[in-house]
Amino acid sequence: MTNKQSATAGTTESSDIMITLKPNQQGIQVELESNVKKQFGEHITALITDILQRLAITNVKVEAVDKGALDCTIKARTIAAAYRLRGESDYEWEAINSWND
Amino acid sequence: MGINQVNRDIPTKYADQYGVYDGEFTNVKPFEAATKHVQPVKPNETKLLASIHDAIVKTGLKDGMTISFHHHFREGDFVMNMVLDEIAKMGIKDLSIAPSSIANVHAPLIDHIKNGVVTNITSSGLRDKVGAAISSGIMANPVVIRSHGGRARAIASGDIHIDVAFLGAPSADAYGNINGTKGKATCGSLGYAMVDAKYADQVVAVTDTLVPYPNTPISIPQTDVDYVVQVDAIGDPDGIAKGATRFTKNPKELLIAEYAAKVITASSYFKNGFSFQTGSGGAALAVSRFMRQAMIDQDVKASFALGGITNAMVELQKEGLVDKLIDVQDFDHPSAVSLADNPDHYEIDANMYASPLSKGAVINQLDVAILSALEVDTDFNVNVITGSDGVLRGASGGHSDTSAACKMSMVVAPIVRGRIPTIVDEVTTVVTPGASVDVIVTELGIAINPNRPDLIKMFKSLKVPQFTIEELRDKAYAITGVPAKIHYGDQVVALIEYRDGHLIDVVKNV
Repeated sequence: MTNKQSATAGTTESSDIMITLKPNQQGIQVELESNVKKQFGEHITALITDILQRLAITNVKVEAVDKGALDCTIKARTIAAAYRLRGESDYEWEAINSWND
Repeated sequence: MGINQVNRDIPTKYADQYGVYDGEFTNVKPFEAATKHVQPVKPNETKLLASIHDAIVKTGLKDGMTISFHHHFREGDFVMNMVLDEIAKMGIKDLSIAPSSIANVHAPLIDHIKNGVVTNITSSGLRDKVGAAISSGIMANPVVIRSHGGRARAIASGDIHIDVAFLGAPSADAYGNINGTKGKATCGSLGYAMVDAKYADQVVAVTDTLVPYPNTPISIPQTDVDYVVQVDAIGDPDGIAKGATRFTKNPKELLIAEYAAKVITASSYFKNGFSFQTGSGGAALAVSRFMRQAMIDQDVKASFALGGITNAMVELQKEGLVDKLIDVQDFDHPSAVSLADNPDHYEIDANMYASPLSKGAVINQLDVAILSALEVDTDFNVNVITGSDGVLRGASGGHSDTSAACKMSMVVAPIVRGRIPTIVDEVTTVVTPGASVDVIVTELGIAINPNRPDLIKMFKSLKVPQFTIEELRDKAYAITGVPAKIHYGDQVVALIEYRDGHLIDVVKNV
């Protein structure tokens, strides 16, 4: 496992979210920019935090630029960014899939 | 406080002043029409002035007066900014403005509000920047949102008294005969402006195309016009048609349109001589394409199409599928050309289009209206004025007017837009009451208002998926999640008048 300085997944296209992860000293810190922040901001922040915790990432700064992505997209982009941050590409599909239950 | 018939809480101050919504036709009652001050013009007098500045001086415009504009140039309008800039330069303050609507191009209005030049606004709509600024609470007095028919009613009844109307005129002669079909920036119908011309104390025609007397056809006659001013440009022709869409290729919109057309053609209204109105959105426009095929196949011709005229309607008429176009406004250039060339394409004013207090508006004769929506709730209430974030960004338009008056009103909308559900528990702001809305059409299927058992029966064997409105909401929420409630401030930033002038909702700062 080789931690990189930062990792990004996603785009700023409509209905997508761009997740950028950077090292952080004090836990998981999410900075969310979203066109649906008023209606879904808390939910999106909680979702990203939950996914990172499931992946055992505890100290990270998240810059999320959301363009109205659905939960499935947010999960996928967060997971992809986390694996990229750790330099891993060996996805644990069964574990990831079980989160949907 | 007053809870109105759509369960909206109207603050006492405004409830007392305006009354609260208590039914679609409860307040359609006899009334005395407004009068105006007339300054007659003698044979030796002229109306042509050298500048906007001179017109402001001549009209005696002063602090506290009401001025109006029309929005036929849509995103291409130069007139409102030009006039307000001059007024601001001259130091006039505390004006009420009553444009028929406000577009993105009117963002300079924000500074005029901040500088105290404009202190009251009534409009059909408020777009991005101006809407966001108003929603943030920059005005002490709330904006009064009126439908197109509601504005005509307010002017005819004296709720809006216009001291000076500054009307952009695509062409005018020096004696004030105006039309919208000739000139450099042709917008076609001048339907909204015609009402201002009829009721304003003073009317200033602002034109960039001064033609020899007499200018015909005459949409606004010399007898309603006090002054004529020639300027370099009144509007950008490209901006007039901005937002008017071509035939959509979006499969979601096409499916919505296909379902909507199936509903219409399966209805008892679809027979020779039927009438319809469509909005200018992608799905709404596409409906006419699908209807066209059914009209050809079943040999059904429409007596008239109403609007908000678009090229799609013009083409239907050229094909002989629609007898007449009744036109209060044009959304694109081909429609304006058609109005000029085609005697069966007829210009009407907003009073005749949609006023609830006229001696019968055209919408009263309308069979089917196809309208859009930002949100629809489980009571079938429709929001077309605020985004789901509570910010003013849309327009009331003719939505509540046509919905109330036509025989079958349909709202076409995708079930979600990005992460924003369209079918919700409670709309952010009510513009059109659920009592007026009959069928919701989405790409997943339709929901028929339970207050229309006749339609439920009529569409029993219709081959379009049918759901309750609650089921459609659940489908939307299953995709997006349930949105959190918006936190508003305490300041009322907009009053939403129902077409009869009573308040159907208010919008608070956010």
